Amino acid sequence: MATAVNQDKPTNEHPSGGENVVVRFAGDSGDGMQLTGGQFTLSTALAGNDLATFPDFPAEIRAPQGTLFGVSAFQINFGSRAIETAGDQPDVLIAMNPAALKTNVQEVRPGGLVIADEGEFGKRNLDKAHYDSNPLEDGSLAKWQLLKLDISQLTLDAVKEFGLGNKEALRCKNMWTLGLSLWMFERERDPVIDWLNTKFAKLPDVAKANIAALNAGHAYGETAELSGEGLGTGHLPTHRVAAAPATPGVYRTVTGAEAISQGLVAGAQLAGLPMFFGGYPITPASAILHHLSRLKEFGVTTFQAEDEIAAITAAIGASYAGSLGITSSSGPGIALKGEAMGLAIMTELPLVIVNSQRGGPSTGLPTKTEQSDLYQAVYGRNGDAPMPVISARSPGDAFECAIEAVRIAVQYMTPVMLLTDGYIANAAEPWKIPDVSSLEPFPVKFLEKKPESGLLPYSRDEKLARPWIKPGTPGLMHRIGGIEKAIDTGHIEYGPANHQTMTEIRRDKVLGVADSIADQDVALGKEGGKLAVVGWGSTFGPIHQAVRKAIDAGKDVAHIHIRNIWPMPKNMSDLLKSYDRVIVPEMNTGQLKTILRDQFLVDAMPVNKVSGQPFTITEIEAAIEEALS
Amino acid sequence: MTEMTKVETTLKDWETDQEVRWCPGCGDYAILKAVQRTMPQLGADPSNTAFISGIGCSSRFPYYMETYGFHTIHGRAPAVATGVKLANPDLDVWIITGDGDALSIGGNHTMHLLRRNLDVQFMLFNNEIYGLTKGQYSPTSREGTHSPSTPYGSVDRPASPCAFALGAGARFVARGIDVHKGLPDVLKAAHAHKGTSFIEIFQNCIVYNKDVFDEFAAKKTAADTQLHLLDGEPMLFAKGEKGISLNHDTLQMEVVDVTDGDWEAAGVIVHDVKNRSVAHMLVEMQFGEFPMALGVLYDDPRPTFEAAVVAQNEASSVGKAPDLQALLNKGQTWTVSENGADGPEL
Ligand SMILES: Cc1ncc(C[n+]2csc(CCOP(=O)(O)OP(=O)(O)O)c2C)c(N)n1
Ligand code: SF4
Ligand SMILES: [Mg+2]
Repeated sequence: MATAVNQDKPTNEHPSGGENVVVRFAGDSGDGMQLTGGQFTLSTALAGNDLATFPDFPAEIRAPQGTLFGVSAFQINFGSRAIETAGDQPDVLIAMNPAALKTNVQEVRPGGLVIADEGEFGKRNLDKAHYDSNPLEDGSLAKWQLLKLDISQLTLDAVKEFGLGNKEALRCKNMWTLGLSLWMFERERDPVIDWLNTKFAKLPDVAKANIAALNAGHAYGETAELSGEGLGTGHLPTHRVAAAPATPGVYRTVTGAEAISQGLVAGAQLAGLPMFFGGYPITPASAILHHLSRLKEFGVTTFQAEDEIAAITAAIGASYAGSLGITSSSGPGIALKGEAMGLAIMTELPLVIVNSQRGGPSTGLPTKTEQSDLYQAVYGRNGDAPMPVISARSPGDAFECAIEAVRIAVQYMTPVMLLTDGYIANAAEPWKIPDVSSLEPFPVKFLEKKPESGLLPYSRDEKLARPWIKPGTPGLMHRIGGIEKAIDTGHIEYGPANHQTMTEIRRDKVLGVADSIADQDVALGKEGGKLAVVGWGSTFGPIHQAVRKAIDAGKDVAHIHIRNIWPMPKNMSDLLKSYDRVIVPEMNTGQLKTILRDQFLVDAMPVNKVSGQPFTITEIEAAIEEALS
Repeated sequence: MTEMTKVETTLKDWETDQEVRWCPGCGDYAILKAVQRTMPQLGADPSNTAFISGIGCSSRFPYYMETYGFHTIHGRAPAVATGVKLANPDLDVWIITGDGDALSIGGNHTMHLLRRNLDVQFMLFNNEIYGLTKGQYSPTSREGTHSPSTPYGSVDRPASPCAFALGAGARFVARGIDVHKGLPDVLKAAHAHKGTSFIEIFQNCIVYNKDVFDEFAAKKTAADTQLHLLDGEPMLFAKGEKGISLNHDTLQMEVVDVTDGDWEAAGVIVHDVKNRSVAHMLVEMQFGEFPMALGVLYDDPRPTFEAAVVAQNEASSVGKAPDLQALLNKGQTWTVSENGADGPEL
């Protein structure tokens, strides 16, 4: 990698072929770092770079100012080649206070650039960050290129004329910083200015002050003010990262939560159904409820229920009445929904359950990411309660997965679990906007007339799905419920042979979903060989990069990424067995590994990380190295 | 529910071919018959009617009604019904629940159903016991109830279903007795009310809580122990010899004697179903000191939840086309052509 800031230092860890830069903005949770990062992301996307982001914010809503646990950070990796992770090590860190410096600087690449707001490095803030001496002065940052700027004062100077109070004026610091960053990477300011004007349409002075700060930060980089200060060279390094080669098309940035919401809307349209969404607020799933609440013109009804149980049971009621019922939550809420999932399985009604996973168990790590609900998704219900499970690997992929979840639900008359995680939900990536006309419709047919052979609510089609009958349909009255059903008639039936058969039908129906999904492909590398690195969900990026580097280095490795967790594609067994070894990196203690071993009797070996942070490429590379040795 | 067209049916049209599985003599039979008998009188359409229940003996009810039926899970019928009504506001929905189902495990949903005012009939079969699980005490069991889980008598105080309902915001509160001939009239009033119609029905569980309601339900003494409320009529009982009046000093109700039928002179209150303050007093009247208030205690409709949701869905969609492609293209986009990015399309 030839980075913007450090072209001549030989600390390159990334493969050649295109360049990328990792920038991390870190500050107090009140400093607006997520907004800064978001706007920088947009400008970067507009410049045609590929990118990935990682927002990392504290669990507390308003943590005390200046504290270590109140630090909020946003990392973006962008470049002129395909970017699949938010980057292992920042090349540039922008630290808005001592706490942000302390919690982030160790991860910066040696030789990387650290920009610090020295105006915030007074005694009080240093104490809060547990610094005995000022790191900007004591030489402890010698590993990095340090640029101290009094961003606070520079911002105050820039917005003086708008007569804001001191506190309000300082709120513009993030825009000053953004201006400087945009200059460093030759990004356009116009989109940000447009955004500020819209955001503060009702507060024109605030808009103007923010724009002034943005321009001042930009001008600061451009003018000679830096001469003689800061960097040894006397200049801030600027660099324009060339646009990444991308498939032609229209692009936008999208977060996982947006993509899932839009995918669900698309799925409902393709099925020809109105959508009912029941939710109860929980991080990081709430964003889906928020997005869908604004899409009523698409036939979407959203319902903020009194708890997660009401959210799912209302969705089941809506499906029963002929809408597409959807519910969404995160681990603790999914646990509450368990009994109702069984009801949907028993009554064979379509339903999509979205789980935006977070660190667990219990309340766990609400704002951090983890993949530890896989057992819960596949096995976590009473009785033999099979349910299709699919998982999204990225924000853009979440759109397709949502459509796929809807398709399976309505075609097989079954609840479907869609797994995503906090990382996918919050992260943004450039997304080639799909052409809606290319999406294949799967219109639902309700049973509307009594068949000549009589009404059999639990008769089956070739997919083993039962008919979907809306209450209100003349003459098709029948009763359903959670008690075991008699074959075909659906009457209450406790008989042993009947239960055996019905259990098998429910199992076979779900296993039959495999007939409607594509064979498992190899994401990178070839079928058969020494080592397969098998992953699912948001670990796609780091695994893919690490495998690419290993292949570039001549190693016999392949990357297999599983989207359909249950049932798995039919060729999975043969595929896995075509490798000498299989390793499974997961952000849990080995859940997919267990399923693979159980289903296919392969000696899958776990590679685990449960720190609340995504895998780094280096970590996967090390695991590959070890597996091959 | 929007105004429905009346359909002609007979009692037979509402009976299923399923064998009814309650214990012989259970009060649930009488309630089932009362409902099946009332439906033709309402002009209800079996195809447009759904019975939704939780779990309990009472919740088996939907299997015996030749309508759409959903026997859901313990306590969740109100939430399921909410989804059903939001998806299809035109359905005529009846919720069937028990004292445990509605007030223990499902207490939260019952509260929110009432506060939101979904347009459903809510029939709570109160037998003051957990019937299906073989007789444990319930949240409506009286203090000292002996049951398998309280062999020395229960020590916690019971909830009053009607007081709970009113406190949660109910706009219709009524009481009936399983075998009582007045039950169909209560059902009709409930059906006519737009919004959640809360009906507590005293139901005799002859196996686990036999005749607990006898002190006011028994036919022999009914005249003295029951107060039959009728809108616009004085609150009289004991063959018109006693009435309910408001003590203006204590601001509490009291039983007064009525001589020679002159209830006005005795200060007996005229029942007004729209008077919420009086409703609060009626649901708080303790049996013993007072007769048991039966019939429609309160009936004052307010807009329903589903109507508000539908109205907002429609209002916020005005002028917006459901154009998925436009939705996906929203915000800042850029075009990549064969030779790289072309810059933003703002
Ligand atoms: C989640 C769950 N917990 C417990 C039960 C067991 N259970 C079934 S019915 C019931 C109580 C029923 O009492 P009530 O609602 O008063 O109905 P009744 O049988 O008296 O009509 C209980 C505890 C269950 N089915 N589901
Ligand atoms: S246990 Fe009680 S409530 Fe249940 S069916 Fe028997 S008599 Fe009726
Ligand atoms: Mg009971």
